[in-house]
Amino acid sequence: MTRRLGVRRLVRFAVSLGVLMVVSFAMIHLIPGDPVRAALGPAAPLELVEARRAALGLDRPLPEQLLTYVTGVVTGDFGTSFLTGEPVGEVIASRLPNTLSLALLATAVALLIAVPLGMWAAVRTENGRNRGTELGFSATTGTAVAVPEFLYAIALVTVFAIALGWFPPAGKAGPLTYVLPVLALSLGPAAMIARISRVETLRELAKDYVRLARAKRLPAARLHLRHVLPNTLTATLTVGGLLLTSLIAGGVLVEYVFAWPGLGLKIVESITQKDYPVAQGVILVYGALVLVVNLAVDLVLGALDPTSAIKEA
Amino acid sequence: MTGWSRRNAPGVAGAVIVAAMAVLAVVGPPIWGDEAVRIDAAAILQGASPGHPLGTDNLGRDLLARVLVAGRYSLLLALAATAIGAVAGIVLGTLPSVLPRRAARLATGTVNALVAFPGLLLAMFTAVVTGLGARGAVLGIGAAIAPGFARLTQTLAATVANADYVSAARMLGVPRRRILTRHVLPNIAEPLILNLTQALGGALLGLAGMSFLGLGVQPPDFDWGRLLFDGFPRIYVTPEVALGPAAAVALAGIGFNLLGDALARAAARTSVVRERTPAPPVADGAGEPDPGAVLEVRDLTVTFPGGVTPVRQLSLTVAPGEIVGLVGESGSGKSLTAAAIGGLVPYPGTVTYAALRLGGRDVATLSDKELGTALAMVFQDPLAALNPALKVGGQLAEVAIVHEGADRAEARRRAVDRLGHVHLPEPERRARQHPHELSGGMRQRAVIAMGLMGTPRLIVADEPTTALDVTVQRQILRLLREVVEETGAATLFISHDIAVVGELCDRVVVMYAGRVVEELPAGRLADGAAHPYTKALIASLPDLDTDRSTPLAGIAGTQPAPGQIGLGCAFAPRCPLATARCESERPELVAHGPGQRVACWEVK
Ligand code: SF4
Repeated sequence: MTRRLGVRRLVRFAVSLGVLMVVSFAMIHLIPGDPVRAALGPAAPLELVEARRAALGLDRPLPEQLLTYVTGVVTGDFGTSFLTGEPVGEVIASRLPNTLSLALLATAVALLIAVPLGMWAAVRTENGRNRGTELGFSATTGTAVAVPEFLYAIALVTVFAIALGWFPPAGKAGPLTYVLPVLALSLGPAAMIARISRVETLRELAKDYVRLARAKRLPAARLHLRHVLPNTLTATLTVGGLLLTSLIAGGVLVEYVFAWPGLGLKIVESITQKDYPVAQGVILVYGALVLVVNLAVDLVLGALDPTSAIKEA
Repeated sequence: MTGWSRRNAPGVAGAVIVAAMAVLAVVGPPIWGDEAVRIDAAAILQGASPGHPLGTDNLGRDLLARVLVAGRYSLLLALAATAIGAVAGIVLGTLPSVLPRRAARLATGTVNALVAFPGLLLAMFTAVVTGLGARGAVLGIGAAIAPGFARLTQTLAATVANADYVSAARMLGVPRRRILTRHVLPNIAEPLILNLTQALGGALLGLAGMSFLGLGVQPPDFDWGRLLFDGFPRIYVTPEVALGPAAAVALAGIGFNLLGDALARAAARTSVVRERTPAPPVADGAGEPDPGAVLEVRDLTVTFPGGVTPVRQLSLTVAPGEIVGLVGESGSGKSLTAAAIGGLVPYPGTVTYAALRLGGRDVATLSDKELGTALAMVFQDPLAALNPALKVGGQLAEVAIVHEGADRAEARRRAVDRLGHVHLPEPERRARQHPHELSGGMRQRAVIAMGLMGTPRLIVADEPTTALDVTVQRQILRLLREVVEETGAATLFISHDIAVVGELCDRVVVMYAGRVVEELPAGRLADGAAHPYTKALIASLPDLDTDRSTPLAGIAGTQPAPGQIGLGCAFAPRCPLATARCESERPELVAHGPGQRVACWEVK
């Protein structure tokens, strides 16, 4: 990646982050009526509501509120929870690692399952041979892609935690508790990546450099792993990176099923209980995560792909 | 037909599931509606029983009936979200074409930024703003669908507006509205419908997710997600209560996805004609090896399914240090001949031969190690032939590592040495570079050097200079000559350019429609060519400086496709000397003077 492209990408990231902050700030103001009254309920005494409004700064002019909000976020001050009085920043700091570890592990597992599977299917079905394999592969992955992660989660809990008792059904305590949530989160993306990996591998197998490598009579393992695999990775990783963002969102549902102490569980709680400062902070963090992942994918791809320098020049 | 229906089985399954859901949405509520809301205090929170196959909920209502009834609401919400998303997206997508440039760029940028955001996040945002309930979830999921549609609309509008037929219609004065209805809409309808199918499936799953989290549909309404929300805490005791809604959501997701996939494939499909595969022709009579030949090919035939035979009973020999040119127009089978000799004919092609010997031994009996070091291949486009992801040096070195067990350092040294040998400047540095950092000529040198990593006995060069510019062509030809003299390898040089072949080669083999029609010493090309096709090739040669890319501009007609060759001489339709006999009987390749063989009735 040329430096100019990298800089341009960083500027775009910064702008998006700014927009995201304004949007999350606006969220509370978009709530029809008085958010504090909505949160505390009609029975709450007027003094309490007024005190809360003042504490949130809702009685001051909008520009001033925005400024306070932005400086707060930049210094790590996301406000305090309506319900528990905890600083939202602390809630996020304690839960973010749990969410991230789940998403990263699931991405890794998805790639580890999917890339070899897709390559294997491609090699077996090259030039239209083994139509049976092709049909089976596309039917299986097409089905697996379509099942949402929370159904995988429920099915895994029912079978492996409740019926067989192999894994704990919920909570986070040690490596065993990771198995089911990570699986639930990675199966769908794995099916997706496997399809892409197959298509990319087929595309590469048809190229001249593979013919030349075959003319060199390289062993199959070397041909596929050293020659073909690196050339399919760019496309596969792009999709893998973008899937990571959907994994972050899918994680909310999986965390809910497994009572996983991450941000996802928190956001569901906070929305249900109208704990607006928490919801606002967590949504901001989720949005920022999506932006960071996209930025990282772009930068990594730029560095990985030796030909992108030419394209940009 | 069986192949067709088998490949469409998933699509048919998807269509059936989606159709069943639509039927359920219509007939479900009238049939089971009462049962779904009938409260039975005597049957609260029961598991499966004959009366209630999926159990009952906390008010004793039958869960099976509730699942069957909830289909309508689930589908309607998904339709609403999709409609919102599609309309908003199409408006957003057409904005850039009507707004001033700056605003248009802003709109495009917004769409691009939004596309990256997962739908669930947007839905949660709206859930905060609007409060819990179906309205917020539908708005949120709709908002999540919109960016995808916007981008699709942008792309489609841009491609269609610039398409030739639209500009042509505009120039002919066709009214705007007619252009839109007759030209633009039909061409973008297909991808839009496809996207609608997928968006509808996505919306259904997204809404189910929101309801499952308790953020979507609220009681007393219920959709599948809400039923799952109610059933989920009970799976420890009675898992079957979650089964109904879970299966319904899964089936819906699968149905829409399979249908969408099948539609996408149907849209992309180019008609493929499939025919029965005939048994490959049997060839026998290998005979004794020719002691004077490195490469000996006898009766080589390449067949593809459907009776297509691009190479027919081709025979040729190449002696050590000899360069034989294989000439013909594209489609004459010359490149497939090269592929067959290298063992690289792609599936489903079949190769048969009476003899295919390298150094007197049948290639089928040679090990990979022997073939990998004895055979060097050079292709037309060196950029395509080198792996873009690997360094040049490594691609050379692996031949020595794989076939000769050389260690890394030794293999590298040899690679650099070979690169220097083919006059690549700064071989050390070049070895550490990727192919895209080299010029075209340097790349082709690198490919030739790769062939020199072993001890090549046969070099097969398939149009090795066609992709290069003229000055580089000469250098590469000189290098080939040099390499052949030095290694004594037999060389098969494949080209459509008879002038280049005449310059470089010792002997020339002319192919037409899969067969050899003439074989002669290169020195006799100018005055000794006997076959009418060879003569035409030479006659059509302009002066050296003019374009030679269409060698047969002088002869009317085209070479017949491999499937359309008749009984007689394949050249007959274009041949000035053709007689009735030429149409019905094929001339054999027979000796004609020293070192020359011709297949033509009229050459005496
Ligand atoms: S055999 Fe007949 S048709 Fe064929 S090249 Fe000779 S003269 Fe022409």
